[in-house]
Amino acid sequence: MGPLKKIVYNCKQATFLIEKKLISKLTFREKIELRIHLYGCSVCRIFNKQSAVINQMVKQLFSDANSDQKHLDNDFKQGLQQRIEEELNKN
Amino acid sequence: MSTLNTLNPHSWVDNHADYLYAYALSRISDDEQARDLVQEVFLAALEKVDRFEGRSSERTWLTAILKNKIIDIYRKRSSGLTNNKAEKAAVHEQEDFFHEDGHWREEHYPREMAVEGHDPLHNKEFQHVLQQCMQKLPALWLAVFTMKHIEDESTENICTELRVTSANFWVIIHRAKLNLRACLQKTWI
Repeated sequence: MGPLKKIVYNCKQATFLIEKKLISKLTFREKIELRIHLYGCSVCRIFNKQSAVINQMVKQLFSDANSDQKHLDNDFKQGLQQRIEEELNKN
Repeated sequence: MSTLNTLNPHSWVDNHADYLYAYALSRISDDEQARDLVQEVFLAALEKVDRFEGRSSERTWLTAILKNKIIDIYRKRSSGLTNNKAEKAAVHEQEDFFHEDGHWREEHYPREMAVEGHDPLHNKEFQHVLQQCMQKLPALWLAVFTMKHIEDESTENICTELRVTSANFWVIIHRAKLNLRACLQKTWI
């Protein structure tokens, strides 16, 4: 099988390239291969779309966690600041 | 000189404790460990106070210390014995996604997912499922995935910190997403 034919029929390789594309640059050859594969493969087109959305959602999840802040209770905080003051006084 | 930032440990807790706690909790999903980390960060920071050059804000500086501690935890978690088992199971499962020739197995075809409401990004229920699915990944995969996609760490850095080869890094990035997506599809119907 020629290298081009290989990618046209290989969803495992195509999904790998989709992941690679999300974090670094594809080579020219890889770009063409992926484009050809996606042109003919509707299943991987769904994967391609969902994979990018998942990344967005994960990012959102982490930034939400930081914004609608879960708080530490006051006792814990007081103890913490006390500990810091003690350390400061040592010096 | 007036543009340099200064440190004020007397107000660290008031100004940064909640932020650092939420930051840690979202990344390690363990309340007790997150609290311990916040304390560790402040104590470690006190020892480095004289090395603070004032080029970053106090919060950025403290967060950098926290990040390193989180990476330590990732490393510890992913070298544990229990995790190896989970990892093997996940690898096995992943092999089932495709036939030997690289075609999707029909039962694993990605399908359109209907996310209710118009904005999946702000759908709390979906976020909850996403969180659960992330926790199902083997610790090492989750560490690689988070460091790459959330912290934007360089690939070289991740490989060094977590002691994975570059080839393995790519395998993990690929498999983590296959598993995560499949879990979402399975759970979200």
